[in-house]
Amino acid sequence: MNTCSFRFHDQSFIARPSGALFWPERGTLIVSDLHLGKSARMARQVGALLPPFETRATLERLATELRDTGAASLISLGDSFDDDLAIRELGAERQLLDDICQSYDTLWITGNHDPAPVGLPGRVAQQDQIAGLYLRHIADDGPDISGHYHPKLRLAGQRLPAFLIGDMHLILPAFGVYTGGLDHDAPTLAALVPQGRAVVTGRDMHMVPLPLPRVTASRAGRWSAKR
Amino acid sequence: MPAFDQIIPNDLPAPLTQWFSAQGWTPHAHQIQMLQAAGNALLIAPTGGGKTLAGFLPTLAAACRDKIGAGLHTLYVSPLKALTHDIGRNLARPVADLGLSCRIEDRTGDTPATQRARQRVDPPHVLLTTPESLALMLSYPEAPKIFGALRRVVIDEIHALAESKRGDQLMLCLSRLRSLAPDMQVAGLSATVENPAALAQFMGGAEIVLADAGPQPDIAMLPTSAAPPWSGAGGAYAARDVMRAIADARLTLVFINTRAQAELFFQALWAVNDENLPIGLHHGSLSRDARRRVEAAMAEGSLRAVVATGSLDLGLDWGDVDLVIQIGAPKNIKRLVQRIGRANHRFDTPSRARIVPANRFEVLECIAALQAVEAGELDGDGRAPVGGWDVLCQHILLLACSAPLDADALYAEVTRAGPYAGLTRADFDACMDFVATGGYALRAYDRWQRLVLRDGLWHLRDPRAAKAIRMNIGTIVAPELLSVRRGPRGGAPLGEIEESFAAALSPGDTFLIGGQTVRYDRLRDMIVEVTPQPTREPKIAVFNGLKMATSTELSARVLDLIGDRAAWAALPDHIRDWLALQARVAQLPKPGTMTSETFQRGGRWYFALYSFAGRNANQTLGLLLTHRMERDALAPLGFVATDYACLIWGLEPVRDPAPLLDPEGLRAGLQDWLAENAMMKRNFRSVATVAGLIQRNLPGARKSGKQATFSSDILYDTLRKFDPDHLLLQITRAESMRGLADFGRIEEMLRTRGQLVHSMAPHVTPFAAPLMLEAGRIPIKGAGTARLLEDEAARMMAEAGLTLEGFAAKTQA
Repeated sequence: MNTCSFRFHDQSFIARPSGALFWPERGTLIVSDLHLGKSARMARQVGALLPPFETRATLERLATELRDTGAASLISLGDSFDDDLAIRELGAERQLLDDICQSYDTLWITGNHDPAPVGLPGRVAQQDQIAGLYLRHIADDGPDISGHYHPKLRLAGQRLPAFLIGDMHLILPAFGVYTGGLDHDAPTLAALVPQGRAVVTGRDMHMVPLPLPRVTASRAGRWSAKR
Repeated sequence: MPAFDQIIPNDLPAPLTQWFSAQGWTPHAHQIQMLQAAGNALLIAPTGGGKTLAGFLPTLAAACRDKIGAGLHTLYVSPLKALTHDIGRNLARPVADLGLSCRIEDRTGDTPATQRARQRVDPPHVLLTTPESLALMLSYPEAPKIFGALRRVVIDEIHALAESKRGDQLMLCLSRLRSLAPDMQVAGLSATVENPAALAQFMGGAEIVLADAGPQPDIAMLPTSAAPPWSGAGGAYAARDVMRAIADARLTLVFINTRAQAELFFQALWAVNDENLPIGLHHGSLSRDARRRVEAAMAEGSLRAVVATGSLDLGLDWGDVDLVIQIGAPKNIKRLVQRIGRANHRFDTPSRARIVPANRFEVLECIAALQAVEAGELDGDGRAPVGGWDVLCQHILLLACSAPLDADALYAEVTRAGPYAGLTRADFDACMDFVATGGYALRAYDRWQRLVLRDGLWHLRDPRAAKAIRMNIGTIVAPELLSVRRGPRGGAPLGEIEESFAAALSPGDTFLIGGQTVRYDRLRDMIVEVTPQPTREPKIAVFNGLKMATSTELSARVLDLIGDRAAWAALPDHIRDWLALQARVAQLPKPGTMTSETFQRGGRWYFALYSFAGRNANQTLGLLLTHRMERDALAPLGFVATDYACLIWGLEPVRDPAPLLDPEGLRAGLQDWLAENAMMKRNFRSVATVAGLIQRNLPGARKSGKQATFSSDILYDTLRKFDPDHLLLQITRAESMRGLADFGRIEEMLRTRGQLVHSMAPHVTPFAAPLMLEAGRIPIKGAGTARLLEDEAARMMAEAGLTLEGFAAKTQA
């Protein structure tokens, strides 16, 4: 497994294939858009009975990331829960969450899905500022680190979750299992990060420039992958 | 042909007899037999045999005798919306002529909401509908009232329905109708099939009525001025020859296998349409209005030809059609015979049909098919007798929308449906459990079950869910379609294309839709915006159409043709030359041997295996082989399967196919690879959608912006990890084994053609060339793609003048 380190406003960060961001100097692991309890919310609201295992899968991945990076603290950038009710309905997975919060200093940033979480271990805040960088759910006056959009990028025929790194905004992909995404060149995202870099997650990580140059030489590759 | 004199006049009421004479018609023996049938009946008749009228005669006779009371008397179900319009028009005539008080209406997805609402309260005497609309009606609380007085059900084109999940669904609905109206009679109408008894069993038992088969069809290859190309599937080379044939006929139907091919051929035809003959285009990707216009023009007799795909494949009343031209190989002898039936819609004149092979492989297939037709052999790829469990899950859910369910009664009802006669109670209960609770082993939705048991009946927990459930009716899981419109805002709709096709387009790319070339501008709010570009050559249109495997019978005939030099006498010169050239460059496939070849082109190594096992089996083979190649570090990138061969490309050459084709290894690897591959995920998506795990349509959803849904692949992976024995995974596995057709066919191939013949060819071989241009490529995500991804990322950074300086990528342990 490789990772990708980069600098953003004089700070060093490591983007990880899981979609988590590690801040070595602070010993902090940052994730966004866990959407815990999504299947339960779907069952409640639309009656779709999706496999109810995504909360467990997401939390197990998170625990692994925390252990592997040696992080001391955790920041979740909002939409940690698919709605505020989901916190009460965690069921058996609640133990996994409590274990994490007991071992790591945890900060929950609120998001549009979980604007007022109740009964969470750890701190809750609308935003935070560390080393001159804002940490919030939706990118605003930067420089900030945020989530919300679940950015994705097409590369060599695959659509993969991606970190977007611009002048003022560092946007994380969704860490949750049951999450879709927005293409990096959708108008909203292109406006936030008109140029910079993207780090594509997956089995390995790759850094590409933004906006993507139109690489004519790769058309042959597209031909074989797409049709 | 039997004479009318033999018929007992009593069976046909006098007014109907007179009406027949007034039309100058004589009822066929099988039409009267259908009238006489006491119970359920299955009519097997060639097209032009007056099948539909035979199905309706009892209803008309009852109307003549004033025996139609209030409420729905006859339900007609057809697989095609277009058919219901046609039948409605045809039926209206005798009803009007005879002054019968009989209200006929249709009800499909196209019927306005107000009319549908009224039909629930006040159904007509005769309702013409589709399986999906019937399922929808059965989901309403009013269903017992709507169908309580039902006396007859007429199922048209039942042979076509029986080949898909739509047939399973319809048979379940039929069983429901029998519970609601125990005295009703069912009439199945079928084209010529190889096994009428199986079809009768499928519809729950019926008396079989066989019509006279009529005269032998006049069928041959269309003589063309040029030889077909080495590759390609469009048949454009023959446009001028087809044009001449159209000019010589009254009305020609040009069938072609996929929508994209229909577009291209339509364009090619107009390019040589010097006389400006009126020629129309009809396929399922066109907007509804466009299709309606062509159907109407056809009925009016103002067209000379229509280029069509499967959307017109079933028994529309084509009146004046006197010539059918099939572009491309027919894939299936039975289908060819049924298609020929389109021409000369009169029982006593032979149908005239001409075949135009699109490439040299297809010449072989066409000749083999013609030989089979001459020998009177139909291919019988028999249908598995067991109905799909995913369809049953949907059915249970729909019925729960109508009224609370009694599981015992429902099980009895379900097993009265032909395809579910062998369903065990345990399997039924598993489906029931999935619908009610999701059926998960480790964790349950205690409070949010979909169905809850109260007083011995299963109730919908949240009655509001019924709306979403009804919106997701149906067993055809089409790829996501995007509407194509002209201009930036609210322009005219041109049709629909698949999301994956749209995703492959870049602004400025051109493609064909509705017979015109358009330029792709952007994707906005799920709408593909385009600008017409009349002068530009289109980038090839690759949205998908029908995919059908060449039958075992036909494949075997083709292989025999190639392998037997003595049989080459039946082949055109250019085909003989082509075979000879292939023999020089590499090897010719022969019965008893398994032939393969390796060559290099454009930085990729290609491995072609000529299995002659049919498209589906070749797809399975492609998945199996690429999996083994991945293991052997041959870095496969993808493959494409045709009916004859499987072509795999990758970064390393296959020098010896023996380790890849070792039967024991193939069998052993089956379960492992099956779980991992893209095809399984595609099947899972279909199963999960039909069974109601994934909802295609949500009330008020489908907005722009962030993709609301996530890929079904994620659900598949999650289930596999946490609940590997889940019902939907079981169904997916079973379907993949069968639907990817026949691991059995691969087994047979390995058994009967044990001798491997491999060549290292100096370049693309004559046989491999057509494969290189096939659509439907399946990428393999493995070491190969990882290498490509890395290359492309590096190339982009380099091209942008960037290095990884200050952004050093490093590898951690």
